[in-house]
Order: sequence, then C-alpha cells, then structure tokens
Amino acid sequence: MALWKPDPTFYASPRDAASAPPEKLAYVAAFDRAAEKPDAIAVLDVDPDSGSYGTVVGWTDLPYLGDELHHFGWNACSSALCPGSPHPHVERRYLIVPGLRSSRVYVIDTKDDPTAPKIVKVVEPDELAKRAGYSRPHTVHCGPEGLYLTALGGANGEDGPGGIALLDHTSFDVLGRWEVERGPQYLAYDAWWHIAHDVLVTSEWGTPSMVEDGVVGELLLGREYGHALNFFDLRKRKHIQTVDLGDEHQMVLELRPAHDPTKLYGFAGVVVNVEDLSASVWLWHRDGDSWAARKVITVPAEPADAASLPPVIAPFGAVPPLITDIDLSVDDKWLYVSCWGTGELKRYDVSDPFNPVEAGSVRIGGIVHRTPHPAAPDLPLAGGPQMVEVSRDGERVYVTNSLYGSWDDQFFPDGVGAWMAKLDSTPDKFTFDERFFPHGDAFRGLRPHQTRLQGGDASSDSYCYP
Amino acid sequence: MNDGSLAALVALGAFHGVNPAMGWLFAVARGLQERSRALVLQSLPAIAAGHAASVGVVAILITLTRSVVATRAVAVGGGVVLVGFGLWRLLSRRHFRWVGMRLSLRQLAGWSFLMSSAHGAGLMLLPVLTSSGAAPAGHDHGLASASGSALSTGVFVTAVHTLAMFAVAGAIAVAVYEIVGLTILRRAWFDLDRLWATALITAGTITLVTAL
Repeated sequence: MALWKPDPTFYASPRDAASAPPEKLAYVAAFDRAAEKPDAIAVLDVDPDSGSYGTVVGWTDLPYLGDELHHFGWNACSSALCPGSPHPHVERRYLIVPGLRSSRVYVIDTKDDPTAPKIVKVVEPDELAKRAGYSRPHTVHCGPEGLYLTALGGANGEDGPGGIALLDHTSFDVLGRWEVERGPQYLAYDAWWHIAHDVLVTSEWGTPSMVEDGVVGELLLGREYGHALNFFDLRKRKHIQTVDLGDEHQMVLELRPAHDPTKLYGFAGVVVNVEDLSASVWLWHRDGDSWAARKVITVPAEPADAASLPPVIAPFGAVPPLITDIDLSVDDKWLYVSCWGTGELKRYDVSDPFNPVEAGSVRIGGIVHRTPHPAAPDLPLAGGPQMVEVSRDGERVYVTNSLYGSWDDQFFPDGVGAWMAKLDSTPDKFTFDERFFPHGDAFRGLRPHQTRLQGGDASSDSYCYP
Repeated sequence: MNDGSLAALVALGAFHGVNPAMGWLFAVARGLQERSRALVLQSLPAIAAGHAASVGVVAILITLTRSVVATRAVAVGGGVVLVGFGLWRLLSRRHFRWVGMRLSLRQLAGWSFLMSSAHGAGLMLLPVLTSSGAAPAGHDHGLASASGSALSTGVFVTAVHTLAMFAVAGAIAVAVYEIVGLTILRRAWFDLDRLWATALITAGTITLVTAL
C-alpha cells in the first residue's frame, strides 16, 4: 500500500537530507569466496545507544551459492520528489541486490522486520540477458525511468559491451537496455547522473573476461582496462561525449557527482597509473559547451621490500595505493578516498572541488603495513579500507575491507579476512570509533563489501532541488 | 451556466492547482535551479496553457457531443468512462513517467498537457458539463448555432477552470519559492493522486446519478 504522505526518508534537497536523523541499521553485502555457503545481507546495529551496537544483528541468507554480492541499492529514493513525474508516496523498503558473478538480482524487503529482511523476488540471469542483453549487474540507482542497473558484461555469449539495464520500479521486471545510442562506450562499471541537467555519467572497468579471474597483468600493462568517462543524455539515452583520462590511468571506478543539483561537477576515482603505480581522483566539470576532467588528487605508491609483496606486485618493489572507492558527503564538502593497497582512508576538504585539501587520514590494514584497529591493537589486519559509505548528516563514515573475490586473493594471498570499521568525522576530527569493529567470525567467514544505511546515505539518493 | 456550476469549476480548478504534480512544483524547481523568481513566473503560464489544452479538448468534445446527442446519453457514457478511469487510477500503481528537467517553455507546456491528460483532469469536469444548468448557452437556432454555442461553452468552461488553477498554482509556487521552502513537501504533500482518483469516481457517480 502506498503512503498518504511522502516517505519520510525522501528529502527535496541535499540541505534537508543532511539534517536527517542518524541511521540505526546498516545493511552490508557479504559473500563467500569459496561459494560453499550462501552469500548474505548482514544487518548491523549502528545505534550507539543500543546494547548490540557494532554487532551483526541479523542475516538474510540467499537461496543460491556463488552470487558474489557486491553493490546494491534502494528501490526508491529522494528522486521520487522530482517535479517531472513526482511519485513520493512509494516506500523506500526494498533493497535491490545484484549478484556480480551469478547475474541474479534479488529484491529484499526490509520493512516488516528490518533486521531480518525477506527476499521477495529473484530476477534470473536469463531475464536480464534476454531483455537487456547484459550480465554481471553492479550498481543500482533509483531514477526517473525506474531503476538503473549497470552491468559489466554482455550476455548470450558476448563478453561486452557492458551498460545499463532498466528495471521497472514497482514490478522490478527488466524493461530492457537503457542505451539508445551508446557511441564508442564498451567497458562499463559505475553510472550516476546530474539529474537536474539530464546528464548521465558512466565509468569503465573491464568486461567479465578481464576481471573475473583477477587482474590480468598483460591487459593492465597493455593499458586495456577502462580509462575514460562517458557522458550521456539522460532523456534521449544517447552518448554525448567521451572524456579520456589517458590510457596510463587504468580502471576508472566510482563516480560521485555533486549532490547539489545546480552544480555540474563530480569526482571519479582511478585505481592505478601504470607509469608510477600512483592512484588518482579526477574532477569532471563543464568547460564551455563540453565536459572536461582534470586530476585533482594524486596518491603516490609507497616503496616496499619485494619480499613483503604478493607476486602480482612484487616486481615493482612498491605498494600501489589502489583507490578503489571514493564517497562524497551529502553537503559536497568532504571527499573520502579509500587507498586499499596501502591501507589508508583519506579525507579531503573539497569545498573548492578544483583544489582538494587533505584534512585527515587514518591507517588500517594494507598490503605491507597490516595496521590494526585501535579496538584490537594486537590484531594485524589484511585487506584495506575499501567500500566507504557516509551518513546523510556526514558525521559517520563506514568502511569494509573486501574488494572483489579474485582480486582480494591476488593482493592478500594469505587471506583478506573480514572487518568493518566506523569513523567519526567532524570538521576537526577524523578518528576510529573504538566501539565499532565487527570482524572475523562476526561475518561468519563471508567477506563484507558495500554498506547501505537505513533510510539512505551519501551515495543512494539524488535530489532535484538545491 | 448557473452559479453552482461556476463555483464547481473554480473549485476543481483550485484542486488541480494545488496538486504539486500538476505543475507548480516544476515551476519552483526551475526557479530554484537558476535562483530566479522570474523563471518561476515564466513557467506558470506555460503550465497553465498545457493544462488548458488538456481540459479544453475534453470540454469541447463533451459540449459538442451534447449539442447533437441527448444529454442523458453523454452523461451516462461519460459517467461510466469516468468511474472506470477513476478506479483504474485508484488501483494502479503506475504513475506518469517523465525524464528531463531542462525544458523550454514550449516543452513545459507539452509536459503539462501530458500530465493533465494522464490524470484525466478534463474528465473531472464532466458533471459540470452535463449538468442541466450548463446546457449550451443561447437559444436553439438549429444545429450550426448549437454547435457554435457548444464551442463557446467549452471554451468558457476551460477558461474559468484554468484561471482558477493558474491562480492557485501560481500563489503556491510563489509562496513556496519565496517563503515556505520545499521542506513543506515532507509534511503537507498528501497523496493527491488517490484523492484525485476518488474525485474522478465521485464525479462519474454524480453524473450518472443525475442523468439516471
């Protein structure tokens, strides 16, 4: 049944959303690398006043094995308030959860029992293949025409192109391929938009054959992973422009456009520069009548003894920072940058997006450092800060440690482990919350990936009003 | 056209004007995007024009049909359509979909036309259009003049209704843009679509009951 008043988690503007009450629960995708146990959505208590704060309080096990849960999203968000086709009386209650390896998409209802969400629908891979021609579904965003689901791969025997499938936002049926004209775009990964400007942006990683068995050295050194941003007309579904960052900048992943709908810029993270193993963050922006991008953050590689490095990077004698995720606070002021390789989470003041200023950094995990969490100072940690999620008010930052099954194994061959941490972030403080450190057996041997916060977070909603 | 019908037309216009989905919200969004009240004000006539076109088509169609077919037949036929449409609106979870916020004024008028039509804005006027007091004005001078006066009735009904809609939508748009702010949406945006569907069914029922 629809609501009589707008869903209370919908906000007209990012300004309003920043005043949202703190979340009480977090949903975390967790997967079994061995595909012997089902993947699951773990439900975490993030209410500091609760007795079970910082622990996993619920699980939703999936009915199949080997899905490899990765990213996921909500069925509805603040974009339902947009003026062109307003429908704010739908509920934010379903998590749309793709299996990156299986190509299955689960619809999970969090309403009746938020700590034990129920699977209410499974979209099978052949529906995605038949209707949209895609596989390996990845990012989900709630938008004007329904749910936009990016996919890394083609289907029906094709490795690519990857792109965006459109799902009906009430039935969750696959409606079809979103692109009408994809232009030169072939590789896919993330997508988001400037919703008030009718512009959609996509990034590039690789096709299934390029990523599923781990990073392929020849492809990387041959600069064949994605290195460009693609801009589309959101209304006409047509490719407008490709902005190439240069082929040394391999793997353009997360896209974080400004939440303020009057602003036309955003940040994109690049995993590695094959010339010096540095990682970077790029700012895309308008330049006259077209789009441009410039590198605004560079994080250099850290020299290391080859003996302490896994085979995949041992020949280089350095640890690449590997920026695998970034997240922009709802007020567009703070950018969080995950350096998974070096085990560092950096915070930048991006009030001037062209000139980010580093404003805090914490160390945890890392290929060489294995920095422990302050709550367990004797426990060296593998993995690094990876998926990072920011609360709507910007005060809490959650981070998990797994990147992607086969890649975890390459960079942490002795085991990536499983942990999640939370940081308190105020203008002059950026520190770990020592009360929040679920790790090891807390995740039942599964690896945690993306976090979604109850009611929405910094990467779940888009707003049509400033 | 008697006073009651006129009041009903104005009331329905106000009801359409209040609904954020009918356009005032779009006007506010356009204004906020450019920080320009002028843009809010510019958008409103385009939205009203689209609404008028949508309502006008129905109003003129009904009054013209009435000039050649027995009023009762029009009322019964229209009433049944209206109740059916209202039920569908009430039960369906579909909503009008539109992608795009960067519109020219012409496109905005087109959007408003489609939005109003998808909601059956014109159909809601059926009881007014078929009620006895609203019979084509003027005297019976044969078919040609009957259809001529039917046309003028249709235009008159559309004009009165749209003016009311425009006044209310405009007042709300300016008030929200200047003073109230969009946080009001969270508190005061009732599901007008369901109320709307109920209004359609009620209008259809009134028409049928009056006719039978």
